[in-house]
Amino acid sequence: MLVRLIAQVRKEMLVVLRDPRSRAVLVGPPLVQLFVFAFAATLEVENVAVAVLDRDEGRWSHEVVERVRATRMAREVITVDSPAALVDALDGRDVLLGVAFQPDFSRRIEAGKVAPMQVVLDGRRGNSAQIALGYIGTIVADVNADIARARGGAAAEPVDVIPRHLFNPNLEYLWFTVPALVGILSMFSALIITALSIARERELGTFEQLLVSPASAGEIILGKCLPALIFGTLLASVMIGAGIFVYGIPFSGSVALLYGALVLFILSVVGVGLMISSVSRTQQQAILGAFAVGVPLVLLSGFATPVDNMPRALQLAAQADPLQHFLVIVQGIFLKALPAEAVWTHLWPIAVIAVVTLGGALAFVGRRLY
Amino acid sequence: MSRGDRRTGFSLPRLAAIVRKESLQVVRDPSNILIAFVLPVVLLFLFAFAVSLDVRGVAVGVAVEGDGAEARELAAAFGATRYFDTRFARHRRELEPLLVAGELRGIVVIPQDFSARAVSGRPASVLVLTDGSSPNTASFVANYARGVVTSRLEASRAESARGADDLGRVIAEPRFWYNPDLESRAFITPGAIAIVMTMIGTMLTALVVAREWERGTMEAMMATPLGIGEFLIGKLLPYFGLGLGATLLCAVAAEAWLGVPLRGSVPALLVLSAAFLMPALGLGLLISAATKNQFVASQLALFSGFLPAFLLSGFLFEIDSMPEPIQWLTRIVAARYFVAGLQTLFLTGDVRPELARSIWPMLALGAVFFALAAVNTRKRLD
Repeated sequence: MLVRLIAQVRKEMLVVLRDPRSRAVLVGPPLVQLFVFAFAATLEVENVAVAVLDRDEGRWSHEVVERVRATRMAREVITVDSPAALVDALDGRDVLLGVAFQPDFSRRIEAGKVAPMQVVLDGRRGNSAQIALGYIGTIVADVNADIARARGGAAAEPVDVIPRHLFNPNLEYLWFTVPALVGILSMFSALIITALSIARERELGTFEQLLVSPASAGEIILGKCLPALIFGTLLASVMIGAGIFVYGIPFSGSVALLYGALVLFILSVVGVGLMISSVSRTQQQAILGAFAVGVPLVLLSGFATPVDNMPRALQLAAQADPLQHFLVIVQGIFLKALPAEAVWTHLWPIAVIAVVTLGGALAFVGRRLY
Repeated sequence: MSRGDRRTGFSLPRLAAIVRKESLQVVRDPSNILIAFVLPVVLLFLFAFAVSLDVRGVAVGVAVEGDGAEARELAAAFGATRYFDTRFARHRRELEPLLVAGELRGIVVIPQDFSARAVSGRPASVLVLTDGSSPNTASFVANYARGVVTSRLEASRAESARGADDLGRVIAEPRFWYNPDLESRAFITPGAIAIVMTMIGTMLTALVVAREWERGTMEAMMATPLGIGEFLIGKLLPYFGLGLGATLLCAVAAEAWLGVPLRGSVPALLVLSAAFLMPALGLGLLISAATKNQFVASQLALFSGFLPAFLLSGFLFEIDSMPEPIQWLTRIVAARYFVAGLQTLFLTGDVRPELARSIWPMLALGAVFFALAAVNTRKRLD
């Protein structure tokens, strides 16, 4: 039986590795992606353009504008001379936000009154707009402190809020995205390899040959699982290595725990892939099926936006998403030296999912066999 | 193999025949209909609900390490905000393991001497520890905690007789145009349509020619008098129709069920979508002409179609904030223009110059992809 299994695994590996392009596509694109996308996925706001409509031209409006100019947020400050021009700049997406001062802005401040400053932001880029407004808020607080000092008023803020970011002191966004991409990219690899495996046999008509071979359903499943498991683990290892040695992300946790979780995670994905494969008649259906499942898994994983923000029902659905649990583990082991018991709270759901999906795959393929 | 002598230029009946053949192939596989009409709507809903930047109820611990009215009032202010789901403790050490386990996103530490310092007018401090492994949530927690402390201060200043107004101060009056309540669904949904259409357009077409090669039916195509142009157009027209239909369906779903207003006109939406389908289908065709293998084609479609549309289109991640070389790279991602165009069309209206700025680059990219696909197919056919 072992001989049969080895022969089958060897054959499955050859199917993928025989073609030089399919060999290249297994390793090349994920690594390129790791380098490109790791830099892209940031929710910080930098280098945007800001429009200024300054009808005051006074000391304090200049002070605010200079401070805006000095932030990392602003790449350039565009001066406009009418509200209509401000509207055009926003409509045409030339600027993310505009700041407008009334003619009496500085005079009101000197007179000890409240001076409103209008901030208009592009709601189409709502997330960036919100973050940018946060920067503006800080600038306003600083200017107010200056005003108080200039007018010989009260001392600075009596309560100091000191933020300290643990595990990632400078909030390097790459430290978040690279470990997450390890999970996402190896998931898609394993999913597509297994989804195609049985569908390819059926499309090419070689499934009949498997049926008449002495291999049992369990052996066939195992034979289809192992190549995806091997490729997925290797790919993840290369990416983990790149994260540590190329990006310099600190790796603080246990390697053994990470690999234990990785193998279970890929097995759970492999089960999903095999189920898709056993119900697909063509490779096209299998690939599209893999996407129809893979994309929701990414959306629910908390990679793009936190699971906490989702509605209740989707938060529950996220509990059944192996990627969501794996991302907590891989990010925790990388940055937080996640202790074994904390790993376990996310590992057992993955194990349950793996048992369910592999069991399902066994049942599906078994039905085709008998 | 030479077909040149048998080819008699462009022939409409031949084109009609291949379009008919492809359409039948599309229609007779029910999974195509499922992919084109059911999957987009399902994905659209998932995007609309699962991708949310509307933060609320972030789990935060508050360690009140000292006694005193001021410390208690500040702790109560943290307990009252709906953005935080607070958990109180007497010491930060009780909360730190929860931060490691990911059950808390941050810890606000109100130190022992806080009340004493506040009463005597000496500078007091509040420490905010965050979980930096989720950088966005961490900076939200830090900023929002600062906001809670500041508004608590303003409130207590207002209580004391000396108003702050006599000093003169600036207040920022924010207005979010096009999306006054800043609902993330309003700007994520148009972006999601672009991503879903990239999936459908690029993925489906990436597989069609690759399948002909893999099944050996390409040989049969070569034996016919069909020209390259006829072959490519014939392959694509049914998918073009499918894509346009799916886009309209998504737009209707967004407007009717997700409450995202469509302020622009339907003809503008059609023009924009048609322009986007050019590069989306063209890229798919290029992939399938160049690979001949469905596995390779699907991997390439994932890496050149779906992931760039998700990460480089600006639908979630601000393009201006990316490093320079990657910003340059986003210019050849068609979804980038479609996302901008759709967001404008949905939330602002028919802003012609802005829409034109979205449409031209997409048409140009489409032309490049088609030309490359034609070159690749010709090499193999000759």
